[in-house]
Amino acid sequence: MSIPSDTALSRSRPVRPAEKRRRRRTPREQLTRWGVLAVVGLMALATALPFLLLVVNAFRSGTDYSTHGPLSWPEAWTLESVRGYLGRVDYPVALWNSILISSVVAVVGVVLGLLAAYSIGVGRVRGGGGLLAVLLLATMLPQEALIYPLFYGAQATGTLNTVWSVIIVFSVLQGAFATYLLSSVMATVPVELLEAARLDGANRRQILVRIVAPLLRPTMGVLVVFFFIWTWNEFYIPLVLLSDPASQTVPIALSTLRGQYSIDITVLNAGSLLSLLPTLVFFVIFQRTLSRGVTAGAVK
Amino acid sequence: MTTPQMSTQRVPRGQHRRGARGGSYWLYLAPMLVGFTAVVAVPFVANVWVSLHRWRGGQAPMSWTGLDNYRTLATDHEFWTSLGNSLYMIVAVVVVPTLVGLLLASVLFDYLGKQFGARTAAVLRATFYLPQIVPIAVAGFIWAWVLDSREGVLTVGLQLLGLDRTPDWLGDPDVALYSVMLMLIWLQIGYPVVIFMAALQRVDPELYEAAELDGAGWLSRFRHITVPQIRPEVFVVVLTATVNSLKVFAPILILTAGGPENSTVVPSYYSYRNFFELSRVGYGSTISTVMSVIIFAAASLLLVWQRRADRQEA
Repeated sequence: MSIPSDTALSRSRPVRPAEKRRRRRTPREQLTRWGVLAVVGLMALATALPFLLLVVNAFRSGTDYSTHGPLSWPEAWTLESVRGYLGRVDYPVALWNSILISSVVAVVGVVLGLLAAYSIGVGRVRGGGGLLAVLLLATMLPQEALIYPLFYGAQATGTLNTVWSVIIVFSVLQGAFATYLLSSVMATVPVELLEAARLDGANRRQILVRIVAPLLRPTMGVLVVFFFIWTWNEFYIPLVLLSDPASQTVPIALSTLRGQYSIDITVLNAGSLLSLLPTLVFFVIFQRTLSRGVTAGAVK
Repeated sequence: MTTPQMSTQRVPRGQHRRGARGGSYWLYLAPMLVGFTAVVAVPFVANVWVSLHRWRGGQAPMSWTGLDNYRTLATDHEFWTSLGNSLYMIVAVVVVPTLVGLLLASVLFDYLGKQFGARTAAVLRATFYLPQIVPIAVAGFIWAWVLDSREGVLTVGLQLLGLDRTPDWLGDPDVALYSVMLMLIWLQIGYPVVIFMAALQRVDPELYEAAELDGAGWLSRFRHITVPQIRPEVFVVVLTATVNSLKVFAPILILTAGGPENSTVVPSYYSYRNFFELSRVGYGSTISTVMSVIIFAAASLLLVWQRRADRQEA
């Protein structure tokens, strides 16, 4: 590894940040630090701009928009476009479907993964390693390679156009990922702990519930949050399996308005805003869990 | 780390005590196995089976055609176009975001975070990550509006700056693919930024401090500390992003529907169209089967490449 400071490290010179901070910055340094901040800040602004403009152009009337364009300040803030969207799409039903689907999938997916990871990681069932590899492949599979048979399967089981088809499919798909991730975490559970519990007369179910599950709780918490968001945002499979508005999720309900040119853009913007609001709220609430989770995901 | 989980020496605990109290371990695996069989294994095999037939779907008769669909695919101009467009998707989802993400993460962590405080860096990071949590369908709708040729944000914005002859972002076959790429870059950038910044927290700060005392500038710290230290995360990002870039679907469906003149068609959308618009189900299955193989191959190649790089490192 080519780190130039290897020798410097072993010298272990004491670092005094306070001393550094006391030193006055030269004008040139000042220019650099504000310049860098400005560049990165502008990039962040460019990233956020579509969202900011979305808010401005969701709370104005369609006529205001067509006369003044998207970059002007609204003449008047109005809920007209929001009402327009709510009149075309049954948003409360879609919201409920999304909450139901995402919550059930998040919990069932993690439980499926925990059980399977327990039998592979602790139980060491025969072929466990191979199974993990297959599950990993499944998470990479393009959804179009499953969709047509899934469509007929849902039809045959009477779950087509019900939330249950999507719940079953994503519980398994997210469960496959959970199995993969949790069994690698399970390897870090000390064997002595499990042996001790066994000697104390705990059976397999008790060891799972009382020892393994509590140890894995932080990881499982992260997975629940991620599975909720991922499932909420899913597009392809729900688009095909849920063509009945009564069963549609929030993003699918929005996408039914695609290509209908008679609709004011402000109405579509209001719909987009309403559709991203729940994930945004969820993100803000669980932001810390998520940033911890991205780290966990990276080591997978 | 007491037990490497897939150790070759199999500890017999449990194995020979099948039916021990609390149930056999197979019982715990059963729900996942049943679900996996029903939702992934059987549908995947069925899809491959269908790809060997000519079938219009529904009640229509299925006729066995062997590898005919695959032969047709090999000379299908539209399929090759879609596969070529996947290379552009790789640029927009893997190459650009990983490189820019590396730079941004390093600047945020190693420079702005120190100069202006961790809070500033965290706010900027969250902003870059925002597109990642928005439902892909919503992101598609937002960009359909941003890129609208008449009254879209981009067109009107450029007109305000005095540029009157703006291209038809999504309607011009020479431009549309780049417009889609712009949207994907916007969507993707936050992912490497967040992962790389988390990875940098793992790096021993003394490395940076020592390098700084030795007079190493930011660029030299970037090259000699940041990049080598977070290589495992770079690999994870490249792998997951590559797989995702070959699966891009929703942005195409919502922004362009593969048009204009097929200039933005991608494999997943091409198979979707064969399934649900052209009623060529057998052919759609062929496309998706081939894409599965391509994705597995790409992932394996990356894994092999990583192994080799690791060995060279060691």
